[in-house]
Amino acid sequence: MTDHSLLQTVFGRLTWEAFPIHEPILLTTFIVVVLLGLGLVGAVTRYRLWGYLWSEWFTSVDHKKIGIMYMILGIIMLLRGFADALMMRLQQAIAFGDNPGYLPAHHFDQIFTAHGTIMIFFVAIPLVVGLVNYVMPLQIGARDVAFPFLNNLSFWLTVSGALLVMTSLFVGEFARTGWLSYAPLSGLAYSPDTGVDYYLWSLQIAGLGTTLSAINMVATIIKMRAPGMTMMKMPVFCWTALCSNVLAIAIFPALTAAFFLMILDRYAGTNFFTNDLGGAPMMYWNMVWIWGHPEVYVLVLPAFGIFSEITSTFTGKRLFGYSSMVYATVVITILSYLVWLHHFFTMGAGPSVNSFFGIATMVIAIPTGAKIFNWLFTMYRGDIRFELPMMWVVAFMLTFTVGGMTGVLLAIPPADFVLHNSLFLVAHFHNVIIGGVVFGLFAGMVYWFPKAFGFKLDPFWGKVAFWGWVIGYWIAWTPIYVVGLMGTTRRVNHFDDPTLQPWFVVAAIGAVIILIGILGFVMSIVMGFVKRRELADTTGDPWNGRTLEWSTTSPPPAYNFAFTPVVHDLDAWYDMKSRGYDRPADGYRPIHMPRNTGAGVILAGLALVFGFGMVWYMWWLAAVSFAGLVAVAIGHTFNMNRDYFIPADEVARTEGKSLPLAAGA
Amino acid sequence: MSQSETPTEPGVHQQSEPHGHGDTHGHGSRRGYRIGTLLSIVLTVIPFWLVMSGVLQNPGLTAVLIFAMAFIQIVVHVVCFLHLDTRSEGGWTLLAFLFTAVIVFLTIGGSIWVMYHLNTNMMPMPDNMVGRMR
Amino acid sequence: MSDHAQDTAEKAVTWHLAEEEDHDHGGSGATILGFWIYLMSDALIFASLFAMFGVVSTSYAGGPVPREIFDLKLVALNTAFLLASSITFGQAMPHMERGQVGPTRLWLAITGLLGAAFIAVELYEFSHLIAEGAGPQRSAFLSAFFTLVGTHGAHVTVGLIWITVMLLQLGRHGLSQPMKRRLICLSMFWHFLDIIWIGVFTFVYLFGVLR
Repeated sequence: MTDHSLLQTVFGRLTWEAFPIHEPILLTTFIVVVLLGLGLVGAVTRYRLWGYLWSEWFTSVDHKKIGIMYMILGIIMLLRGFADALMMRLQQAIAFGDNPGYLPAHHFDQIFTAHGTIMIFFVAIPLVVGLVNYVMPLQIGARDVAFPFLNNLSFWLTVSGALLVMTSLFVGEFARTGWLSYAPLSGLAYSPDTGVDYYLWSLQIAGLGTTLSAINMVATIIKMRAPGMTMMKMPVFCWTALCSNVLAIAIFPALTAAFFLMILDRYAGTNFFTNDLGGAPMMYWNMVWIWGHPEVYVLVLPAFGIFSEITSTFTGKRLFGYSSMVYATVVITILSYLVWLHHFFTMGAGPSVNSFFGIATMVIAIPTGAKIFNWLFTMYRGDIRFELPMMWVVAFMLTFTVGGMTGVLLAIPPADFVLHNSLFLVAHFHNVIIGGVVFGLFAGMVYWFPKAFGFKLDPFWGKVAFWGWVIGYWIAWTPIYVVGLMGTTRRVNHFDDPTLQPWFVVAAIGAVIILIGILGFVMSIVMGFVKRRELADTTGDPWNGRTLEWSTTSPPPAYNFAFTPVVHDLDAWYDMKSRGYDRPADGYRPIHMPRNTGAGVILAGLALVFGFGMVWYMWWLAAVSFAGLVAVAIGHTFNMNRDYFIPADEVARTEGKSLPLAAGA
Repeated sequence: MSQSETPTEPGVHQQSEPHGHGDTHGHGSRRGYRIGTLLSIVLTVIPFWLVMSGVLQNPGLTAVLIFAMAFIQIVVHVVCFLHLDTRSEGGWTLLAFLFTAVIVFLTIGGSIWVMYHLNTNMMPMPDNMVGRMR
Repeated sequence: MSDHAQDTAEKAVTWHLAEEEDHDHGGSGATILGFWIYLMSDALIFASLFAMFGVVSTSYAGGPVPREIFDLKLVALNTAFLLASSITFGQAMPHMERGQVGPTRLWLAITGLLGAAFIAVELYEFSHLIAEGAGPQRSAFLSAFFTLVGTHGAHVTVGLIWITVMLLQLGRHGLSQPMKRRLICLSMFWHFLDIIWIGVFTFVYLFGVLR
């Protein structure tokens, strides 16, 4: 065997060329990341925190800790995804006529692909899953989710996916095919390099995590509600969490299958989506959009749930039309599965198909509208407190509604024929995702942060974040609607028409204002921590809440509730408060808890190595890590030592410390 | 508090089962398994025989019949072997199953409907060009 | 007994349970439902693969057509093995419910052997097809055929590994609560695979030959 072929066997197609030594921007980024990473690792080592991190956080099966870790992942990836956005805005603000800008197409294409992929899969999904993870079990009066180990595994699989995408920044290249990586462009014939492979493997791994998490959440909501909490006495946030996760279970298999078939095309020479030998590339579009459309409802439904909780809390009233909210949520869930073709009206399915999907798409606006009316009616004649969470709700209502309307406009096939793949479309979906999902997530983070950490976020910087995002959004995206209506195509890194430039300059300024908003949010966390004694939540109920999570201390003990509550009415905590509930001071029992485990971290780590091996054609590495996955998974089933009891006196001590503070008033 | 639907099998649920707290999942009864076994065998043999012998000499009719028998056999498996009923897990397993059935129908039916229309509207290709579907 | 009930003006309201239920000796009681939901998601993966197959089922690209390559006698044999294995699993379950480890393991082992026979026949069929030039790369139809049937076969293989592990663990732990729970999940998995096979032999093999 020659040296060359030995190297090829060991390293597959990985060579020195894969490292971006000739790309100054990437090289600089790499150096900065390495320095930051070393700094972080150094600090953790210096303060001897590895043991603590491993035993208290990484191996934790506590839904609260896993929820917090998801949020941290989402926020870090938001910074990466937004950096991509800033780069694109800058390029599009300067690249007119003779000026090619600073981003050649080769890089620009990777950036818009990475931006979309990261924002959906590694920002929106983790943040939504994180909030549901943290809040839902508390709201239903449970001590954890149905499958705590699976919860931990799901988190780490998502991290592995994120790491694989981040690796593509420095080793090899990412896909240049857009965030859904359409066939036939993403097939082996047209994209033979590592880009699409990084995309496929990272999303398959993360997608597995999301699917398992969804099964977990649904089983939890169905089986683990506190006694007396019937489905129709459940908080609306839990209803939206249930429907969102049911939808996720319904759709991720389709994405898994689509990616699996594309992987087979790229690795085994099959012909599912090729241009020849009978392949059907349009079926790829069909399958990914069967996933893709419901996915946005997976993201927005929990945001709607957050708005419901906040609106009723900050108006001091029960939510108007609880039943109609539930029905609207269920109807949206079902309808969202019937509209996917509106993403490819122009692909030529003809009038009968296009009209069906067009009408179905328009119909979905109706239950959504019903929800908006319910929130408005809740606010009507309420004692509204315009604290920061409520401000986010109002911003959502004004912003998202516009985006919804442009969506109905696009739902009309003849209009879509003009606007498909224009910047108008891009503005529409950013409108609804930012106005709906992002604003909802910020509202939820501000609202529930004190519960998780025991102190509120700094209000001044919180308002900086708010105004930065809201003003920044409108300034960044209104011009994009305009240029889109004028016919500008998406995913283009250079324009010939100089009259468009002012619009793009304004958009770039808007993006910078959003950056201020993001930095403001980070500052609100930092300053909140600095001023945590001043901003402390001493009662566990800082907002005068209505649902069960506010009956616990802030933060709650590991076991959530010393005694499982019995629920009598909707808005259970409000019911308890108004009927003079007193927290019991004795009679504690030992509490049954699941043990921490490292199996999730190890399995996800092996999955990461497997993905890397497959991307670079290092077959031996893929085989070894796959065998490792199987061995560890089977080995884990032999571990019967999965639980323990918190002794009653320890429970008593924990409750005793908090009792004077959280007297349930 | 396992609720057995099999009064003919008094000894089956002596031990404490992995179900309690009022929730149930399906149990097998000897009778259920026997019926399921018999029906499955019949509903498998007949389709194979119809196709392999070509006795009906009508592929369309044969297809309809074996489609129907497949559907029925699936129901037999779900009821007799998977013990799906309205009571197990408070009705949630049935609901999940029906929901899945709807999604399966939409995925397969919807995809074939859409793809059929897309293909019909594709530009006809001369025989010697790559990209032919048939 | 209402240690923790609170008196209001009119009547005592129970805010907490007097007795804490200990869910299922360590589990949440949600395992069976959770596994059922997982099976539903797996059914949806197969639905997507069936949809793909349906779309390209006549895309022969000038290559082999079903009538030329499907040996229905072999498929009938296969189907018999798999159906028999579902029946033998059904024989194991009443023994499990009565706590009889020996017969449970016996029927489980027989199920495993029948499943292994199924896989053996399938591997024989696949290798034969590939040798004849009718491999998954030849046409979209063949890609879809191999993938759909192969994915089902991969699931059966996972089931066989699971059966093996169960046989080992039953030897160690007997029919404890967790073991019974796992066996119920495995039985659901196994029957589910037979259900998928009904779809496969009908829509892939029988329909293919009829076309």
